[in-house]
Amino acid sequence: MSTELLSGKVAISATVNAEPATFVCEPRESLLEVLRDRLGLTGSKEGCNNGNCGACNVMLDGRLVNSCCVLGVECAGSEITSIEGIGGTDGLVPLQQCFLEGAALQCGICTPGFIVAAKALLDQNPNPTEHEIRWWLAGNLCRCTGYDKIIRAVQEAAQQMRG
Amino acid sequence: MRDIQYAAPRSLDDAVAILSEFGNRARILAGGTDLIVQIREHVRDVDVVVDGKRVSELMELSYTPEGGLTLGAAVPCAVVYQNADVVRAYPGLVDAASIIGGTGIQGRASIGGNLCNSGPAADSIPALIAYSAVARIAGPRGMREVPVEEFCTAPGVNVLQEGELLVSLHVPAPPAHSGGRYLRFIPRNEMDIAEVGAGAFVVLDESGERFVSARVAIGAVAPRPLFVPEAGAALAGQPVNDESLAAAAAAARNAAVPIDDQRGTIEHRKHLAGVLTKRALKGAIDRARA
Repeated sequence: MSTELLSGKVAISATVNAEPATFVCEPRESLLEVLRDRLGLTGSKEGCNNGNCGACNVMLDGRLVNSCCVLGVECAGSEITSIEGIGGTDGLVPLQQCFLEGAALQCGICTPGFIVAAKALLDQNPNPTEHEIRWWLAGNLCRCTGYDKIIRAVQEAAQQMRG
Repeated sequence: MRDIQYAAPRSLDDAVAILSEFGNRARILAGGTDLIVQIREHVRDVDVVVDGKRVSELMELSYTPEGGLTLGAAVPCAVVYQNADVVRAYPGLVDAASIIGGTGIQGRASIGGNLCNSGPAADSIPALIAYSAVARIAGPRGMREVPVEEFCTAPGVNVLQEGELLVSLHVPAPPAHSGGRYLRFIPRNEMDIAEVGAGAFVVLDESGERFVSARVAIGAVAPRPLFVPEAGAALAGQPVNDESLAAAAAAARNAAVPIDDQRGTIEHRKHLAGVLTKRALKGAIDRARA
């Protein structure tokens, strides 16, 4: 058999937020744990830890995923974008600004996931309907806002981004 | 999470070798949206996680109008429903792939994984059965094929033996004047598990007024997704009208052997099996006529 069996601490190289990154992790560690505990990127949140809430949403090789349902060791050679990779160096991007100004958050735990997920939507559909936004964000749970302000923030950001 | 070992074989032979070595202590990882959570929550006891995504056959998605669709077992739902060939030729599969979990789940979860998890309420399985999909399985004794309606045997249990893995699903090319549809009923608007699901595939004659053949499968009404050949038999050769659709719905209702749980009662589920079968057939007919 030519397949290597990985156990203990494994060195993984990937691209995280457009920068090369090498981290050490055990096979049982999720990508969420790697981001938070190995790389110090604590923007992604652990809500349910079973794929229901979306607080840990990141982009993995161009697709939205729940990072609690990905193993760190799977990510060798992958491109990962977390909430830390979305904000600009000179202030907030329109999505973040609209969440802030529209009070689309209260406790804020779900916010990074919502921003990452909403950006993934707007990147492929710059002019989504309200229904499309609600459907796309159905995997992101918020227990504070009642969602309406979040939907309006995404609509406002979409409008600004279209110019 | 408990300690695990991880392997990422690069070929089918290597994947079979490692699965054979570790037997039921090893399990294939596709999107991980079931497996990783099951290991973390001590639902499934696994020592070795075998990542299938570096095996090219498990990531294949190819379609020809003659040969049909080959869908690798680890291809994520989001790739399936964004594929133009799949959208055009297998809209009933898109119906299912686009309602499994939320967007973040669909970015990883595969239809093959949905089948291998073998949940009675799995959304993709009635659609696969309706489309006459066949599971291609690799193992220590070579390849074998199993029709999807024979794949699941009990909740969470299927025909895969130790050392075997699902490689891909093959779905025949849809003939002219055919259409497929999958529908489910859930107590919420989205992000829930089916109380009942129904998949339908119909072939109509040239006039679009008579069934040449039909296949119906229902989910969440039995220990495994259920193929209902009696529904197809009630439609073959019959005109498309309320009477024939009612006969197919009755066949589905009679085949359903559901349980009571938090999502619905036996009575409601049997009722829904008939209603959803009729609606899925109507959707399939509309697509066949389009």
